[in-house]
Amino acid sequence: MSPTDIGESTEALGCAHVWKRFGEVIANRDISLSIARGTVHAVIGENGAGKSTLMRGLYGLHSLDQGSVRIDGELIETPSVAASIKRRVGMVHQHFMLVPTLTVTENVVLGDEPVERGMLVLSRAEQKLIELGERLGLARDPALFRRRVGELSVGEAQRVEILKVLYRGAKILILDEPTAVLSPLEVDDLFAVLRRLRQDGSTIILVTHKLDEVMGLADRVTVLRRGETVLEVETGQTSAAQLAHAMVGRELAKSVRTTRQKTISPPTMRLKVESLSVRRSDGSLALDGVSFSIAAGEILGVAGVEGNGQSELALSMAGISTPERGRVRIDGQDVTALPVIARRRLGMRYVPEDRHGRGLLLDATVEDNFLLGVQEHYRRFGFVDRRRLEIDALERTKALDVRPPDLSAVARTLSGGNQQKVVIGRELAGRRDIPLSTLVCAQPTRGVDVGAIEKIHAEIERVRKDGAATLLISAELDELLALSDRIVVLFRGRIVGELEDFDQFAAGELKSRVGALMLGAA
Amino acid sequence: MSASVGEAAFALTLSAAVIRISVPYVLAALGGFWSERAGVINIALEGLLLMGAFAATVGAWFGHSALIGVTTGVLGGMILAGLYAWLTLVLRADQVVCGIAINLLADGGTRFFMKVLFDSSSNSPRVDAFDSLSRGGVAIHPIVLATILLVAVSTLVVYRTPFGLRLRAVGEHPEAAASLGISVSRIRLAGLLLSGALAGLGGVWLAADQRQFVAGMSNGRGYIALAALILGRWRPQTAALAALGFGAAEALQIALQTSGRSFERFGFALQALPYVLTLVALAGLVGRSIPPKALGRNEN
Ligand SMILES: Nc1ncnc2c1ncn2[C@@H]1O[C@H](COP(=O)(O)OP(=O)(O)OP(=O)(O)O)[C@@H](O)[C@H]1O
Ligand SMILES: [Mg+2]
Repeated sequence: MSPTDIGESTEALGCAHVWKRFGEVIANRDISLSIARGTVHAVIGENGAGKSTLMRGLYGLHSLDQGSVRIDGELIETPSVAASIKRRVGMVHQHFMLVPTLTVTENVVLGDEPVERGMLVLSRAEQKLIELGERLGLARDPALFRRRVGELSVGEAQRVEILKVLYRGAKILILDEPTAVLSPLEVDDLFAVLRRLRQDGSTIILVTHKLDEVMGLADRVTVLRRGETVLEVETGQTSAAQLAHAMVGRELAKSVRTTRQKTISPPTMRLKVESLSVRRSDGSLALDGVSFSIAAGEILGVAGVEGNGQSELALSMAGISTPERGRVRIDGQDVTALPVIARRRLGMRYVPEDRHGRGLLLDATVEDNFLLGVQEHYRRFGFVDRRRLEIDALERTKALDVRPPDLSAVARTLSGGNQQKVVIGRELAGRRDIPLSTLVCAQPTRGVDVGAIEKIHAEIERVRKDGAATLLISAELDELLALSDRIVVLFRGRIVGELEDFDQFAAGELKSRVGALMLGAA
Repeated sequence: MSASVGEAAFALTLSAAVIRISVPYVLAALGGFWSERAGVINIALEGLLLMGAFAATVGAWFGHSALIGVTTGVLGGMILAGLYAWLTLVLRADQVVCGIAINLLADGGTRFFMKVLFDSSSNSPRVDAFDSLSRGGVAIHPIVLATILLVAVSTLVVYRTPFGLRLRAVGEHPEAAASLGISVSRIRLAGLLLSGALAGLGGVWLAADQRQFVAGMSNGRGYIALAALILGRWRPQTAALAALGFGAAEALQIALQTSGRSFERFGFALQALPYVLTLVALAGLVGRSIPPKALGRNEN
């Protein structure tokens, strides 16, 4: 390194000829990047394209097979997390890297603790955090810092992740899909923070699947496909359509649903929910007398700001939590008191919002994950019919293009989006013995690339055509509008509005209406 | 009058017995605490106790000094814990399997070296050097005092120092700790070595109390200590309290047995008490005992 480098070079972070492989899979193939100081650089690409792998390599979390990393123009001989942190590089990971049993402050200071005579002095860190939180509008309530991370909402947890990085004085921020779990409002807040940071001279690398975020915030964008760089341009000189094309290497279908005609008439109500109330563990009401019914071949969308009862609605539909009051019926049969397995026998399927917690066994293989919840279907003389399971799993992974297409891969090693495809592949599979009657689908495309979203939407549409009643809970308004027949809006545990016949609204009007309802301003 | 003197004497000997029996439980439970909070299951406590007892006997015998015995006992525990660390942290072998292997190794290894050193695989000669430790009685026994101090210091270190914070983080979410530049293996190694030192000291007590080494003298105490750790919800003070409770139950049972009256059945119930209570705690019948999240999971 020559001393003039720092002064003259405008590069904050870079890498040259990076290779990384996991067994057969080449996750990064000869990737070179150069990110200018004070800019936002987006990295996009399909699920499994190698984005997270590249980010972890840049940050020093794993060794590179080949290639080198530069920070502030300095060649890093042996990249390591410690070396990166020392040079003020910070990373927010795709899945939270927070210790749930520790408080916010403890999580933030971990590894860089304020000490006096050998003892922790958390109060000093709190002081700094309050200042930081106020300056950036990240945390207005100091009480947040004393709470255990396990009690936080995902939005709050995400802010803690960013505070953690900024607390260490990071000037180069690597953010791996920070917006995947956020509601649109929270995304706006986060972007305001990122803009402020850029103004102050920070450099930001942003991994995302949302092209409007790229176009709205980033200065430059790199597109990865199957481990390689296929495009790098200024955002000013490209369009969302061109980026999407570069990502998946083909044109995307416009919208899956063209008609919103009820396909079955007269409508038979398959899922009926009557004045459902659910209490949270802290005693507050998560759902307060919610009623709706969904016909065969109908998709009911549920909109709302996260934390207004959507999670509890999905859990009580699936049979995981018991409601305090109210009834749930499938095809006329009262299932309120039935456990998960009995509901599944009636053809209910469930895509949980939290794929790590409820959707997958992370340490089991992809094939074994295809057995979860449908084990009865594969029973043969009391044993699992492996051959049939393998055939079905293979067919489903092909249909959804799970990468790598290897049934013996351990679920934990799959990229986030591919894990989601496994869950979708299992839950939305058609079965001869028990036809899918009702589908409870929560955040089905969280962290999924545009190409895969198209496939997942097509699956939901197929299931609908086959006559299922679908409850679709999503933070993505566009997704709800694209798929649903009707949309209800949840606010503080109540349905505060219902919209149908979308065509009667002018473009944009529908969105602003739903948005207003979501905020309780009906 | 004479009855109350008798009762007082009984109470005194009983409380002395409680302390005598509890010290190795408390030390081993504390040892288990340090490794399990870092995420490493410590089935090997049994072997560590035995190794501590053996090394202490050898040290005190050949060094003609209790102090040397204490030192070698602690070091012996640390060396065996180091081997366990190598197996689980470097070779990434299964923690429970390795723990059992360590216990078998300690049992066979001590018998073998007993034969080599003392020409008897079961009993060492009487080690007079240990006498100096208990000269002042059990109340001011240096190891008893050290045990009390170690419980307090452990609490302080784990909850109030950076090392303690990192250890807890590593035991709950090692990936999160690693993402901040903390070496998971190094923290776990430290936890295991502390574990070896503490359990080793527990072994020293066993040998010093008997003034000799007897093959297999740990006699399941490591497992009871593990039970105390679980019952104490992986916290030093409550684990020590649970260990003390188990010690009291055992002392009472022995007292009843030697009193000559027919309390046998009751005695058996007392003997089973630690295990029953631990099952109750694990099953969550009296407020669930939740282990460190990453317990037993090796880094990948
Ligand atoms: N630890 C690992 N072991 C084995 N394979 C891995 C491991 N980590 C990643 N891979 C593989 O490397 C490829 C790239 O994964 P990566 O997580 O970088 O994708 P990504 O672009 O971040 O995708 P997503 O958008 O879904 O998060 C995938 O095929 C994945 O299965
Ligand atoms: Mg990723």
